[in-house]
Amino acid sequence: MTTEYGVRFEYGVRFEPNLAHRKALGRVWEGVALLAILLGIAMLLTLLVQVFLDGLPYLRPQLFTEFPSRFPDQAGLRSALQGSIWLMVLTALLSFPLGVGAGIYLEEFAPKNALTRFIEINVANLAGVPSIIYGLLGLGLFVRGLGLGRSLLAGVLTMTLVILPVIIVSTREALRAVPASIREAALALGASRWEMVRDHVLVYSMGGILTGMILALSRAIGETAPLITIGALTYIAFDLRGPLDIFTVLPIQIFNWVSMPQTEFHQLAAAGIIVLLALLLTMNAMAIWLRNRLQKRW
Amino acid sequence: MAGLGNSLSYIRRRRAEERAVKAVLFLFALVSILTTLGILYVLFQETVLFFREVSFAQFFLDTRWTPLFLSQRFGIWPLVNGTVLVAAGAMLVALPLGLLAAIYMSEFASERVRRVLKPFLEILAGVPTVVYGYFALTFITPILRSLFPQTQVFNAASAAIAMGFMILPTVASLSEDALYAVPRSLREAAYALGATRWEVATQIVVPAALSGIAAAFILAVSRAVGETMIVAIAAGQQPKLTLNPLESIETMTAYIVQVSLGDTPHQSLAYKTIFAVGMMLFLMTLGMNVASYLLTRRFREVYE
Repeated sequence: MTTEYGVRFEYGVRFEPNLAHRKALGRVWEGVALLAILLGIAMLLTLLVQVFLDGLPYLRPQLFTEFPSRFPDQAGLRSALQGSIWLMVLTALLSFPLGVGAGIYLEEFAPKNALTRFIEINVANLAGVPSIIYGLLGLGLFVRGLGLGRSLLAGVLTMTLVILPVIIVSTREALRAVPASIREAALALGASRWEMVRDHVLVYSMGGILTGMILALSRAIGETAPLITIGALTYIAFDLRGPLDIFTVLPIQIFNWVSMPQTEFHQLAAAGIIVLLALLLTMNAMAIWLRNRLQKRW
Repeated sequence: MAGLGNSLSYIRRRRAEERAVKAVLFLFALVSILTTLGILYVLFQETVLFFREVSFAQFFLDTRWTPLFLSQRFGIWPLVNGTVLVAAGAMLVALPLGLLAAIYMSEFASERVRRVLKPFLEILAGVPTVVYGYFALTFITPILRSLFPQTQVFNAASAAIAMGFMILPTVASLSEDALYAVPRSLREAAYALGATRWEVATQIVVPAALSGIAAAFILAVSRAVGETMIVAIAAGQQPKLTLNPLESIETMTAYIVQVSLGDTPHQSLAYKTIFAVGMMLFLMTLGMNVASYLLTRRFREVYE
């Protein structure tokens, strides 16, 4: 298909002489492309408005102080809120050292060999494993294998594994952003590798690491599927007493209410979604604030 | 001499500390490998137990999936059918919109416009899936039912549309990365030959970034296949072989949720089915993730 203007066929550009027409066509398509984005944004706004309109009547104090109930008027998400907050705190405590440690190892210490490469590919693949598969892992390993039952601890361990790849990747990115000159200066002054990382690299990258951590946790707080699979309950009418207690979380309570046929429960679900979104918004605002405050520009 | 001895022991202590820290960090990194092994072990173990009671022929050749009924049938295809139907529908939404969004962001938007639009797409990606499920059931489904009266309350289309918007940002942002990586010189050469902006975008930049875009699509399909809550809420619990998106279906993930919600006794056959289905799901997504990874690597090699 090559002619004397071979290039034009290889790249598929057909030169029509009418430039004004072609430019106009281009502008139309540019508008269509912009429309695609705006459609996505419109969908988001519709979703938010719809949820707020549905949920507003049930956004009342009892929502936070009452346990779930068969009667929508008396139902609240006290146990779900407790579960979500405890799950988040314990998952953070466990996943922070594990994820950041693994990130530091891969970025700063790992020799360039087959094992390291294997770990890296493995982390990338784990990030793509559907979260419900982690639920099956948690069910087989923590709930049955370790005999933890449907406890909060089993949920924490499962959720830690879900977000670990996210934390590892964001930690590595944060570490990579610290320029080599900082490392070289520390090493030149006689610091060991670990001293260099601990006293210099980590200090400078903490903003990025914490930002990644918060974003990972905000994923954890919205995750539902793995916790349903390990058997987190949908109906809990007492306060959480400890990590070995059975538990429920916000998204599961919302799911439970959505599954009910009555409209009142759908409105309760919408109220629950407002609470969940507010929580997420707070966390994301914190992440942005941290990023702006702690992240150093080189 | 005492001073030298002291500093020697100091050095030794520091070396020991260094080695200990490195060993601990290495163990943390190993957790990821253990996770993969754990997934494989758990899935394999229960799947093997499953296939002791159910033959491969029953699993792969039967066309009905009714393990929770009295007359148990174990044909996986209805669940695969439901999964693929919803994922395909989601891609019909996410693919064109995501690619157009990526082209706009990478080739047309000014820095200011980008800074306004990008956060919205990020929020769209950050909304929990259970919220999309609620939206599909209480907003999209009623609209579908008023447009097509034969639409069932739980249907594949509603879940697919919500899921499409959920993965739109993934497609957009990964495709944008691929477009962005196309070297300037290619664009400039095309401009020099008299191409307009849109022609450069669609006939030069997109073809050059095609493997990266394909990788983004495959990853998006993989996410759609593994997505759980939207389909569990909006798509129904009726595994069947159908291509009609207005009917109630069941996906693999929704089946796992259905069984998990019931109080299924450990050791029962129903309990083992979710691991067999999980294995199928894991293999499907793994295959797509690997394909996506290989494509990305290829496209990186071209322009490095």
